[in-house]
Amino acid sequence: MTSARPKIDFDSKIPNNVDLAGDRKLQRALERWQPNFLDWWADMGPAVDTKDVYLRTAVDVGRDGWAHFDHVPMNEYRWGVFLSEHDPDRRIAFGEHKGEPVWQEVPGEYRADLQRLIVIQGDTEPASVEQQRFLGATAPSLYDMRNLFQVNVEEGRHLWAMVYLLHAYFGRAGREEADQLLARNSGSDDSPRILGAFNEETPDWLSFYMFTYFTDRDGKYQLGTLKESGFDPLSRTCEFMLKEEAHHMFVGTTGIDRVVRRTAELMQDHDTEEVAGAGGIPLTMIQKYINFHYTVSLDLFGNESSTNAANYFTAGLKGRWQEERREDDHLLADDAGAVDAFKNGQVTHNEVPALLALNQDLRHEYINDCRTGLKRWNRILAKAGIDAELYLPHVGFNRQVGAFAGASITPAGKVVSESDWNARKDQWLPTEVDKTHVRSLMHPVLEPGKIASWIAPPSTGINDKPVDFEYVHFH
Amino acid sequence: MTVLEEPVNAVAEHADEAGAPPRVDFDTGPERYRHWRYTVDGETAWVYLDVAEDGGIVPGYELKLNSYDLGVDIELYDLTQRLRFSHPQVRSVVLTSGKDSNFCAGANIRMLAGSSHPWKVNFCKFTNETRNGIEDMTDAGQTWIAALNGTAAGGGYEMALACDQILLVDDRSSAVSLPEVPLLGVLPGTGGLTRVIDKRKVRKDRADVFATKSEGFGGRKAVEWKLVDEAVPRREWERVVAERAAAAAAASTRQADAQGIELPPLRRDETADTLTYDHVRVTIDRDARTATVVVAVPDSLTDDPAALHDQGAAHPLLAITRELDDAILRLRTNELEIGTWLLLTEGPVDAALAADRLIANHQDDWLVAETTRYLKRVFKRLDVTSRSLIALVEPGSCFAGPFLELALACDRQYMLEGTFEEDEDATLPSGAAAEDPATLVVTDAQFGTFPMGNGLTRLGSRFYGDDDALEAVREKQGEQLEGGDADDLGLVTDAPDDIDWTDEIRILLEERASLSPDALTGMEANHRFVGPETMETRIFGRLTAWQNWIFIRPNASGPEGALRKYGTGRKADFDQKRV
Repeated sequence: MTSARPKIDFDSKIPNNVDLAGDRKLQRALERWQPNFLDWWADMGPAVDTKDVYLRTAVDVGRDGWAHFDHVPMNEYRWGVFLSEHDPDRRIAFGEHKGEPVWQEVPGEYRADLQRLIVIQGDTEPASVEQQRFLGATAPSLYDMRNLFQVNVEEGRHLWAMVYLLHAYFGRAGREEADQLLARNSGSDDSPRILGAFNEETPDWLSFYMFTYFTDRDGKYQLGTLKESGFDPLSRTCEFMLKEEAHHMFVGTTGIDRVVRRTAELMQDHDTEEVAGAGGIPLTMIQKYINFHYTVSLDLFGNESSTNAANYFTAGLKGRWQEERREDDHLLADDAGAVDAFKNGQVTHNEVPALLALNQDLRHEYINDCRTGLKRWNRILAKAGIDAELYLPHVGFNRQVGAFAGASITPAGKVVSESDWNARKDQWLPTEVDKTHVRSLMHPVLEPGKIASWIAPPSTGINDKPVDFEYVHFH
Repeated sequence: MTVLEEPVNAVAEHADEAGAPPRVDFDTGPERYRHWRYTVDGETAWVYLDVAEDGGIVPGYELKLNSYDLGVDIELYDLTQRLRFSHPQVRSVVLTSGKDSNFCAGANIRMLAGSSHPWKVNFCKFTNETRNGIEDMTDAGQTWIAALNGTAAGGGYEMALACDQILLVDDRSSAVSLPEVPLLGVLPGTGGLTRVIDKRKVRKDRADVFATKSEGFGGRKAVEWKLVDEAVPRREWERVVAERAAAAAAASTRQADAQGIELPPLRRDETADTLTYDHVRVTIDRDARTATVVVAVPDSLTDDPAALHDQGAAHPLLAITRELDDAILRLRTNELEIGTWLLLTEGPVDAALAADRLIANHQDDWLVAETTRYLKRVFKRLDVTSRSLIALVEPGSCFAGPFLELALACDRQYMLEGTFEEDEDATLPSGAAAEDPATLVVTDAQFGTFPMGNGLTRLGSRFYGDDDALEAVREKQGEQLEGGDADDLGLVTDAPDDIDWTDEIRILLEERASLSPDALTGMEANHRFVGPETMETRIFGRLTAWQNWIFIRPNASGPEGALRKYGTGRKADFDQKRV
């Protein structure tokens, strides 16, 4: 094959453990894709002009340290391709292929389904980069700006991971899908991202923390189920992605920690719940943001009763959370399950075959996980002696997808009339006034070690660096 | 097709619904016939159906009353081939019965009742193909005349319908009939219904009366209703038949001094998963449920018609045609679960083009013409084969001229763009090393030599309604087209390069293998036959589809169905809902 394109020095430009240098197919695909990715990053990636950023770069998958930290110019970040370590004895843990060796190639029978799963997962990764494009300009500290960019480059790397799978295993159709991942854009009228939540803007840092806590956590659970996949390259890819995803959760969890802590301080200092005037975010407003981001994220799990999820499970493509730790037959062919339902104005349950209840199962795991954050934040409030608690709203509140779509249910779980719900929704969800207030607080703080008024400083820095470390250099 | 016979108490299910049907062998020859004999008298061949009652191809029934099964049909097919190739001077063929009392009672009901659905379907398809071949012979100057010296019922009459003329002895008892509907609850499904109205042009209300009247019609009424051409008194029978045969012979333009060739048994090595002929190789991958069929065109193939006469059946073009025919029949009948066939060719493109010139320039040579007709019928067999057909056009292949039809008969065509480079995993299935890219060549062979059953060429079917695309291809006639060109012209489905090739093909095949075999059969049959209907497409399409539906309905094949109850003295218990 003759090519006029400049050859890319793959191993140095693209850290990997997939023998990129020896794989013509991948090289050919990436030669075309990588420049497009860089163009996309320039157009849609972080809009703040920086010299370099203290970033973690994945360079290996071993136990002795998989990441490397250093100041890196953003556009020279080395997005790599990593799969977790290969287990030659791994077998499919569930579904009708249970016990068979995992697949190292895409079984033709499941090509369409696997491709769809990977495309949907892949579509979310660049979407969040797009959603967070302008946030850097209002970072409350260099530490936070660095975390934002860390999340961004790693979401970029997760896109690479999915693109790797499409390029390596799905032939021409896979390459075309990989191109489409860059062609769709968050919030675009013509070609939006596939999932609704990823077309919502992330206009401020409170939203960013909420997003990384709630929405990235959905990602964690989706990756967790794909980690169980019988298609081994997908499984190994997702397993490694989960490592990075943990940091994104951390950004969300500690970000909300710090907002709550600062609010508590202001409440104590000013002896009032109305901390807005003091440059803080009132608890009621934090609760509204929780209500919104939590419920939008619940929608990402799809319908309570899903034949797609059942098919994916039976085929061995997508398992349950912690599939191998579960003590059942991993076939679920004869089991029953209950799913949430909304009938005759009542919140109730439907008995369905267990296979059809897998989305609900995963959502349930997610909800339990979300509760841990609430406990943390309420501990902060309790320690500060504040007699108020943040909570997760009822699962049926503000839902657009599934059994509760369109139902008028309050955060407390009470069914009310639609007009009643609409009349009270400003008490539960962020209003324009709330958003304007939060936005009004968003001023950049670019001096090392300094922090914005509305958020507490972090307790420790990154990679044992101090909090006042110069995480971001500017030109 | 029916047989009027005494009930047999114990009918063995020779091909139980779940188990494997017996393996069918299509090898035969006059010296081995059990059910037919023929004599050649000058320009006329006399063909006698004389079925051996104990000669069923599988155990479990007796072939009474000259009823037939697949074994009888295999011999008839062989016989037609002998007449074509070994007796080219024959200009008329008289088809009659070797029994005193009747002509033929049709397909054996015990056999049908005890057969699995695939067996019935395959049997009917093969029967249909042979009958189309008989009509083909008439067109080629070997006119078939059915001389019904006794009753022809069901499939017996359908066999007569495939002939150009039907003479029925007028003895006040012999009749022609289609008793399938009234007696068996199925259709006269191997062309009967269709030929009565399409070919014999019987009025539809009369056809309705005829097809529901189990005893049929004889004598003057049969003539008046155009069911037969003549009803001949017994005393004049032999003379009239001979006169009609002589008249048909006189009207033929066939070459009088043609010297026939022998059709010796095919050389074929068989293992559990391979069929190896001189030029055609079949390899079955049972896990993948695919068969790879490689047609190897030797460079010894020339455009000299004298070589064809000298070498006869050993000539590569005729040998390839026979081998492919045999391979198709065997795979179709014996390998029901091998759902996808990969069609490949190998050999020099020049040799394929020599075959093209031989065919294009020498149709006045009877043997070239006969070989062409044979090849045409083999391609048609592919068209009606209920398997996913996929052509792989790789370096070292010779999809040119007549051999390009193989690819065009497929449901999809994949062509390697460029060559296999560097990649050690990608070797040609043929094992051949190839340094030049694959090419395919369009010739006159694509523009009328090998029409499909719908009367269109395969290229015409492919580009149905898109004359510009067809013209664009016509302009490239004779050029060696590489993958990209072929893809641009729409001659192939896709032209992946060597990096993509292995994965694309593997995924495609695995994906195909995961789809419903029934849905694929239906889809492919619909896509292959675009455009106009002909009698042939109506037989293979409409009539066969209805028949196959009826076959699986409880009213026919259920325990209380008519097919099962026939001959037991008890009535079928029909589900009366009209569907």
